Amino acid sequence: MKSRRNILIVLAALLALAIVTPFSSSYVITLITHALVFAILAMSLDLLLGFTGLPSLGQAAFLGMGAYLTAILAADYGFGLGWSFWVVILLGILLGAATAAFFGLFAIRATGVYFLMITLALGMCVWGLAYRWNSVTGGDNGINLPPRPEFGISLANDVTFFYVVFGFFVLTLATLYVIVRSPFGRTLEGIRERELRMRILGYNTWLHKYIAYIIAGAFGGLAGVLWAQMNGLVSPEDVILTTSVDALLMVVLGGPGTLIGGAIGALVVTFLRDYLSTLVHWWQYVLGGVYVLTILYLPGGLIGIPARMRNWRAPGTESGSSISLKEGRP
Amino acid sequence: MKEKLTGRLGWAASVACFALGMGAGAPTASAAEELRIGFLAPLTGPFAQIGKDMANGFQLYLDEAGGNFAGAKVTFIVEDGEGKPPVNVRKAEKLIRQDKVHMFIGGLLASTGYALAPVSTRQKTVYVSSIAAADDLTQRESAKYPYMVRTGWTSSQPSHPFGQWACEQGYKKIVTVAADYAFGYEVVGGFQKAFEDCGGKVIQKMWPPLGTKDFGPFIPAIKKDADAILTLMVGPMALQFPKQLADAGNKKPVIGGGTSYDEYVLPSMGDEVIGHVSALQYSAAIDTPKNAAFVKKYRSKYGKVPSYYSESNYTTAQMIHEVLKKTGGKWPGAEKFIKMMSEIRIDAVRGPVRLDEMRNPVQNIYIKKVEKKKMHGYPQDELWNTVIKTYPAVGQFWKYGKADFLKQPVYSRDYPPCKHCE
Repeated sequence: MKSRRNILIVLAALLALAIVTPFSSSYVITLITHALVFAILAMSLDLLLGFTGLPSLGQAAFLGMGAYLTAILAADYGFGLGWSFWVVILLGILLGAATAAFFGLFAIRATGVYFLMITLALGMCVWGLAYRWNSVTGGDNGINLPPRPEFGISLANDVTFFYVVFGFFVLTLATLYVIVRSPFGRTLEGIRERELRMRILGYNTWLHKYIAYIIAGAFGGLAGVLWAQMNGLVSPEDVILTTSVDALLMVVLGGPGTLIGGAIGALVVTFLRDYLSTLVHWWQYVLGGVYVLTILYLPGGLIGIPARMRNWRAPGTESGSSISLKEGRP
Repeated sequence: MKEKLTGRLGWAASVACFALGMGAGAPTASAAEELRIGFLAPLTGPFAQIGKDMANGFQLYLDEAGGNFAGAKVTFIVEDGEGKPPVNVRKAEKLIRQDKVHMFIGGLLASTGYALAPVSTRQKTVYVSSIAAADDLTQRESAKYPYMVRTGWTSSQPSHPFGQWACEQGYKKIVTVAADYAFGYEVVGGFQKAFEDCGGKVIQKMWPPLGTKDFGPFIPAIKKDADAILTLMVGPMALQFPKQLADAGNKKPVIGGGTSYDEYVLPSMGDEVIGHVSALQYSAAIDTPKNAAFVKKYRSKYGKVPSYYSESNYTTAQMIHEVLKKTGGKWPGAEKFIKMMSEIRIDAVRGPVRLDEMRNPVQNIYIKKVEKKKMHGYPQDELWNTVIKTYPAVGQFWKYGKADFLKQPVYSRDYPPCKHCE
């Protein structure tokens, strides 16, 4: 019942976004598109962090794989500039998944902070590759893409591109939602809560985590393809640790274990980073302040605010939120 | 419960309205007699101080002109690019879409220049590259960027005469230690070409990453039989390298690309850099009345000697002003502006400047030696980049000729190949 209500709210918000965005100024449209791409990345990370309990600091690696694949195909081979855009999307997803399948062999054996360190190291490997493999990646200069694909519809049009990204965002949200609601997703949550018990119950927890990691990598790759088309430029700066940290913070800020929380986090962080920074030069303090306050007072992330407010208005009643991961005071 | 649902929808709606409202505040398309200029400089991160120097240079000229270029009221919008190419691209898009600027200026790193030029083509908006010196923007790729004009320099432009000069000093074997990115490759590449064409040999090339603070792994590896060391440092790196080199007991002469010793880092340097020689299109110690006046004005306003970062943007503002003088303050449109800009000849602070047919400045290159002395009437002994030789009217192709020069690939980590590195 509650979850149906939540779904309705999310659908209403998505509908509102789809209707309102085209009427915004052209800069706001690009900002929202930018936020949606990062929302895909954040949601893919949420599958690991929020549902499986694996804090990954290497999510930018998959974004980088997708983005560099798109850029190299487009700039060097002129591939993906028409209908083949959809092929590139598929290739990006596959490459992200394949990279995760490879990295997962090293990373999944660890948990907690060790998992964090290993994924960080793997992420830096991809960055190093992007930075130093000059002949392929253009090194520090990165790669400039030709104009966005055109196939009947022109993705160079910002509104069209927004709807394409929006479509992928909804698709990602729906797919991940089905996954976390499936028995497989429930098992992941069980692993998050107590891996030993799941193992004793007979679950192959390594395999479950490995598959979750591959799924996260696949959606990371998708985000990468869209990111490359969005900016028209792929640079090692996109793959650097900051991007991974950003994705992690978006999830934590929005509310881990909720999927849509990552999207909210992405929206907030993008607007603070890209819009507030054009208004005031001390925007970094605001961003830092928001992080600190969220972690101190909103362990369930921004998405936990309504539940908090209800608690505050009617103390003593049950919290009533099925979406918040961690209830209670810090 | 229904009440709660509508309440939440209300929230969503107000957020949406907020998003709409943000767009509404933007200025409408080009009002007559207003010139909107966007400026991209790193204002946070390791290059924040350089970014300030850049913006201050432009601002100084703007203040002198009273914020008015031949009748056009200038709106000057500075954005923080954080020294990262993708951020610069997004901020340029913001300037064009939100602020409807007529042109955007700046970008510090060569990689940023390579990232910003396509934005100008895509958005048909003028990009004036006042600092970013990436060679190919005005060389092999210049046809791709019809809306770009350069008022600064190409990275290898001072390096060609500098290589010639080093050769004439009798240096035979040189080791290079340079920042590991496009700018470093191009500065070293230009030097190596000119130096080896004249008979010298580059016997070792080392590439510490951009932002290196500890040169411990590099300094002991410098070959002992080198006659001199060529360095190319950027920003904070420039302070560390000579200090650590001196601490390691180096006795070899040290020469460097312009940014290793420009006036941005010079005041913070110790006496160990005295005698080091570098090449650039500007020195604060150029002994002309024009430059003396500029240095004094800048110093009294911002409390420091201007670096080339400031001078280049000051001159950029001057050139834009010259164009608007001809149009009577009216914005001529992007294509016309580029055309008029490339015909401008001015007597700038750095010396006479004109643009070649690929829209890159032809200008004096100064060979400069760090000396401790009094200059421009200031009472205290300070480090200055004394000009010891001037190469007049140097273009980006040096003496090689445009056609021959463009036949070779752009200078890179592997070009020219290090034939004498064994």
